[in-house]
Amino acid sequence: MKFTKALFSIVFTLILIWMLQTKFGPVPPLGKFLSPADGFWQNAESKHILTARTLNLPGLTDEVTIKYDENRIPHIFAKNEHDLYYAQGYVTATDRLWQMDIQTRSAAGRLAEVAGPQALEIDRYHRRMGMVYGAENTLKAMMRDKEIREMVLAYTDGINAYVHQLGPREYPLEFKLLDYAPEDWKPINCAFLLKLMSETLAGGSNEFAMSNILKKFGAATTNDLFPDYPMREDPIIPVGTKWDFKPLPIPKPSASFLASMSDSAKRVEKEEGIGSNNWAVAGSKTANGYPILANDPHLNLTYPSIWFQVQLSAPGINVYGVSLPGAPCVILGFNNNISWGITNVDADVLDWYQIKFKNNKKTEYWYNNKWNKTGRRVEVINIRGEKPLVDTVIYTHHGPVVYESKSKTTKNTPRFVPVGDALRWIAHDESNEFRTFYILNRGKGYDDYRKALTYFSAPASNFVFASRDKDIAITPNGKFPLKFKDQGKFILDGSDPANDWHGWIPFDQNPTVKNPSRGFVSSANQSSTDQTYPYYINWQFAPYQRGKRINDRLSVMQKATVDSMRLLQTDVYSIRAQDIMPVMLKYLDASKLDQNQLEALHIVKTWDKNFSVNAIGATIFSAWWLKVYDMIWADDFDNKKLQHNYPSMDRTEKLILQEPNSKWFDDSRSQVKETCAEIINSAFINVVDDLTHKYGQPGKSWQWGSVKKMEIAHLTNQEALSSGNFESPGTGSTIDALTGGHGPSWRMVVQMGPTVKGYGIFPGGESGNPGSFFYDDMLKTWQNGQLKELLFMQSPTETSNRIKTTVTISNKK
Amino acid sequence: MLFLIILILSFASGFFLPWWVVAIAAFLAALFIGKTSRQAFISGFGAVFIVWIVLALFKSIPNDHILANRIAQLFHLPSWQYILVITGIVGGLVGGFSALSGLLLKKAFEKEEGQS
Repeated sequence: MKFTKALFSIVFTLILIWMLQTKFGPVPPLGKFLSPADGFWQNAESKHILTARTLNLPGLTDEVTIKYDENRIPHIFAKNEHDLYYAQGYVTATDRLWQMDIQTRSAAGRLAEVAGPQALEIDRYHRRMGMVYGAENTLKAMMRDKEIREMVLAYTDGINAYVHQLGPREYPLEFKLLDYAPEDWKPINCAFLLKLMSETLAGGSNEFAMSNILKKFGAATTNDLFPDYPMREDPIIPVGTKWDFKPLPIPKPSASFLASMSDSAKRVEKEEGIGSNNWAVAGSKTANGYPILANDPHLNLTYPSIWFQVQLSAPGINVYGVSLPGAPCVILGFNNNISWGITNVDADVLDWYQIKFKNNKKTEYWYNNKWNKTGRRVEVINIRGEKPLVDTVIYTHHGPVVYESKSKTTKNTPRFVPVGDALRWIAHDESNEFRTFYILNRGKGYDDYRKALTYFSAPASNFVFASRDKDIAITPNGKFPLKFKDQGKFILDGSDPANDWHGWIPFDQNPTVKNPSRGFVSSANQSSTDQTYPYYINWQFAPYQRGKRINDRLSVMQKATVDSMRLLQTDVYSIRAQDIMPVMLKYLDASKLDQNQLEALHIVKTWDKNFSVNAIGATIFSAWWLKVYDMIWADDFDNKKLQHNYPSMDRTEKLILQEPNSKWFDDSRSQVKETCAEIINSAFINVVDDLTHKYGQPGKSWQWGSVKKMEIAHLTNQEALSSGNFESPGTGSTIDALTGGHGPSWRMVVQMGPTVKGYGIFPGGESGNPGSFFYDDMLKTWQNGQLKELLFMQSPTETSNRIKTTVTISNKK
Repeated sequence: MLFLIILILSFASGFFLPWWVVAIAAFLAALFIGKTSRQAFISGFGAVFIVWIVLALFKSIPNDHILANRIAQLFHLPSWQYILVITGIVGGLVGGFSALSGLLLKKAFEKEEGQS
């Protein structure tokens, strides 16, 4: 009896311990996670900071000094390049290891390995669309370039020096939460990071939807509603810039393309607001006579922060800026001679090709009038708690057939992927983007800038530039496929060689402008050029409003200072409201409005068109415009097959301004015939009633800042590790484009001159540890629209009261 | 006495050994010097409860409890004190049942020896 009792108690205790050591669903292993010995308590960083530390890292060849400033930004001083990148890897890993792990895992299609079956479909998609295939190709090119190879290897060794130091109790918090262990970094992970950038910025497409629209409405209507150039535009390369090159012959459109474009033939989703701004102002327009450069790339804002600030200094290089955790070099920044920044071009570098297989075995496909062999690539996806999934992907010369049949898809398959089609994507090709940043980091002037750009394939970016030599320039740059006009606007016939990419636009014929007479260059993701540029880059770019506002302001600006740039970066004036509100107000019949609606009308009429935090007019206008937009198109385009791919807002404005009698105003679902005026009136009444219902009488609770939701979410989407909702100004079409969790991920202003001065801020902090004081210490400054002067040191012996900790790393054991 | 031994062993192990070592400490201590089931459970529970709370506070006080507050929110608790007490209870349960197991095993053998 006593034995049974003892046995029972021991077994019970063992089960208890086992349960506390095991992860159940999303709940971390409670004993392990809560214990002060191994658990999260170990990740609570102390506010007491040591002023000096020494470390030994045997992988170094010489001594390295790292100065941490008051925001824990590292300023790395090394005596050679190997040690510089080794230290960059080490330092980045100390603050961002989990982020580096999860992002590269996601790109590599290895999330299910740690997150279980719920992440399987994301993994399958990434494998099947060729992320691994692309990363392997990029790695090859990186490894052939001696300096880049050595840089990537040193960076990798530095990360691993940190990984090898870690015991389970020192694992970053998220490893404990998700209950897995960090693994060794591999050079291909650096390539995965580039692929991830390509996926974010150039990985969506609406060709599937556009093809369905073409089928449903025919070519004439499609071309009318989805034109190749907007009504209003203010392109990046100033209108009228001469193209001083002899263009290559433009490929002939294929027969199948022409047939589909005639009406007699019977017949990733893109999101507005992912965009960025950059500009450079010539010395002739600035207070100190030297150029000023500004950049604010807009991305999905996350914790840990997307960017990691760093200063890298060694003989031959001294550069400051932001890096991507997991990639060597500074990506956006400045040195004593030059500064540079980027925004997304949104080039059409992702195309779908319909594949005709010989039979169900799918070992052969029809191309160039004969049967060609397909390739096979086997992807093994490990799944936590389950048997690995073996997924075979069919490859054609175009690229992978992402889902060759309906049976390969699931309900979580991205909707923009057409079944049975091969994917041709720029990110599958060999490329060596790190070479671009390697050169820019050391750049001395305009020639280095031009040389650096030749190495950049994807994602195509508008590279803005300013130098101490008083040059400014901008180049929509990347590897652009040579295509016939609109090639890739719709799904292409993969059997016709005339539909293949026909080579590349020569690099020196990419649109570019240096020191234009207007005294500034700028980009905000709008059309790269006017319609005289001989090549096709894309048929659709981001709407012109941000670009227009920037150009309006910069053209009248004189004696510009860093602060004028800061104010412009945080400008929330709505060009959209300026363009469209007068005509909306003209159509509105005030005699039909009740008291409440009249008050709302008064507010919106007297609104200064700024999307400020306290603007009530912004709330009314925004909702009103979206309602009008939706009412015009929903009846014809709110269709699963069309993926809610409505005609652009620019086209909608044109419809209201120039075609008020258009048939599109009529709701095809109703018996009566609606008009433009009716839509605008009923939308207004609808929206005001709706707002009143939600927020009461027009007043404080209607203010834009409180109506619009804005949050910086942790990569796990755990509310507890996120910023929480906060009031913010701006919208997708204003310069300060804060919308739906997107926004300026890094605001930078650089004043060139005999002594360069940089200013910058990002929403978050240097540390990726939610238990650190440096996890979100820069958020407030960013929210307030302020910048911080960046501490750009010229030598490790330079003193500054902003330096809080000095770490000396030697290679002696 | 038992309480003190478990307290010292768990405290020392907390700095360099995995969390479940407290179970072994409590188990062995009770096996050798435990007296009654009640005393063993209370000593094990109390000692580990206190040690885990003290060790957690060592880390959390210089942190101004910013992490503990976030973790509390993660578990849908209003503030860091709750997660601290839960930490103590989890440790306490492990310590208590381990000590009880040690004691019961000891008793089982005592009886066996007595009978033979």
